[in-house]
Amino acid sequence: MSECDLVIIGAGPAGMAAAQTAAQGGLSVVVLDEQPRAGGQIYRNVGENRSKHAWLGKDYSAGAHMVDGLDHPKITTHFGATVWRLEQGHRVVWSQNGISHITSTPHVFLAGGAQERPLPFPGWTLPGVMPAGAAQILMKTAGMLPKDAVLAGSGPLLYLIAAQMIDAGTPPKALVETQTPRMMLNAIPHLPRAVFGLSIMIKGLGLIRKIQRAGVPRYKSASGFNAAANTDGSIAFSFTHKGRNKTLNTDLVLTHQGVIPSTHISRSTGVTHRWNAAQVAFEPTTDIWGETNVSGLHVAGDGAGIGGAQAAAAAGQLAALNILHKHGRLSADARTQKATSARATLFRARAIRPFLDAAYAPPAEVLSPPDETIVCRCEEKTAGEIRQGIDEGVTGHRQIKTSLRTGMGPCQGRMCDATVRGILIASAGPNADPIAPPRARTPIKPVTLGELAAMAAGPDQSS
Amino acid sequence: MNIASRFNVLPDDRQTVQFTLDGEIVTAKQGISLAAALLAQSGTASRQTVNGAGRTAFCMMGVCFDCMVNVDGVPNTQACMVTVRDGMRVTRQIGLRPLEGSNDV
Repeated sequence: MSECDLVIIGAGPAGMAAAQTAAQGGLSVVVLDEQPRAGGQIYRNVGENRSKHAWLGKDYSAGAHMVDGLDHPKITTHFGATVWRLEQGHRVVWSQNGISHITSTPHVFLAGGAQERPLPFPGWTLPGVMPAGAAQILMKTAGMLPKDAVLAGSGPLLYLIAAQMIDAGTPPKALVETQTPRMMLNAIPHLPRAVFGLSIMIKGLGLIRKIQRAGVPRYKSASGFNAAANTDGSIAFSFTHKGRNKTLNTDLVLTHQGVIPSTHISRSTGVTHRWNAAQVAFEPTTDIWGETNVSGLHVAGDGAGIGGAQAAAAAGQLAALNILHKHGRLSADARTQKATSARATLFRARAIRPFLDAAYAPPAEVLSPPDETIVCRCEEKTAGEIRQGIDEGVTGHRQIKTSLRTGMGPCQGRMCDATVRGILIASAGPNADPIAPPRARTPIKPVTLGELAAMAAGPDQSS
Repeated sequence: MNIASRFNVLPDDRQTVQFTLDGEIVTAKQGISLAAALLAQSGTASRQTVNGAGRTAFCMMGVCFDCMVNVDGVPNTQACMVTVRDGMRVTRQIGLRPLEGSNDV
């Protein structure tokens, strides 16, 4: 058992910014992250890459200074550390190299970020289909570039990855986009507010221009995705475009339909969650400082609602200032004064979100896919089986889980919860009661009995 | 079906390590994840589900558990959360996953 003033879970922009602010304010900080190095997904491996891969762009390499900021005498980092239990009060239980540790602390800051929204369709489990964000992780961590890939789905990240692939000299074979003119129409009322985030808008338009100039074919308003394996291991990717069925043969289909908050830890600790209809996802309920209904527990960054890297860094700073205030190291006035620039950044970064949420909304068939689609990848359960269960009277996440085993595999519902919910909503109709989020229970990541047994006994030597 | 890698690996000056995949020697860049090394090696499945469906690493961030392989005798190891090491013995997981030390496949 070790102790510190603040445990931060996640070393992405929110976690790194909070660690720096808290440590500069005099707190002893422990940062835990599952990945081997700091940066989160957005700045993954940036400490190693610096500006090595110019095609990843300036916004990426700018993350290096945040990684450097963790080098502070008051900050202890543990990488390859999986948090699997959070006890109120607070004891953080985490596992590293097969040994479990407990860190006790008055304050916990959850900065776990987001995961890509599952984009299920018949064939999405085949080798050769993966999320575009996963391919980007390979680009950042291993210098691996997708060969002649088809990018399918929608969202700013899809355009960013396409542009990075173009700059790296391996442009995508095609973009197959789910965005419809109606989505763009729905987004227009949010344009005036988006002007506050003009720099992000301009960057986005630049990415789209780059894709056009590179001559990458774009199939817009596409639907009915389907992947089948050819005998040579390549993928026959079919979709409906302008009323016709179109098939592209490719080695790699990279899908993306936005990101959703990772809420397993926050749900397991009793934090109140709310449904964000615009982002079509659950998020923890917090105040401006990231404080939750659980004493001593803050959540901010993409894990508290999708806002992007700039918003996450600002929100992390705000959470740290509030924690400094609660530790008695900052008066309320000083806290508010120091928060001015972070709050302005947060406002600007969030201003563009309603526009993006509407413009790149997930289509109905992503939320509630056709019957033959595998929804739960772990337990190989299809949308049809889930619908049959609902027809037989099963309601809510828990009953579906207990009757069908969806969400009972090792990923614990991370890959199917969103889709199960989509199917439930589509089946229940518009006047149904709201569906509660699924329960998340300890251990929130699978641990072996060996890891439980190897709980570091006595005074922990690890920190 | 034996598809080559679906990715181009950029040449760089990183050292390499060698590990075995089902007994076959694989060379990989030092510091990358085992899942990346497997995807750089081949486009074929690194795991088979209980129903016999092939899977490869999917999310690359520890969320989905599709990249599970046996590493040095430990089953269900997430390849995306492990850095490649010289001399690693990796085997693909086919079908029902045995508990450590048992053979009840």
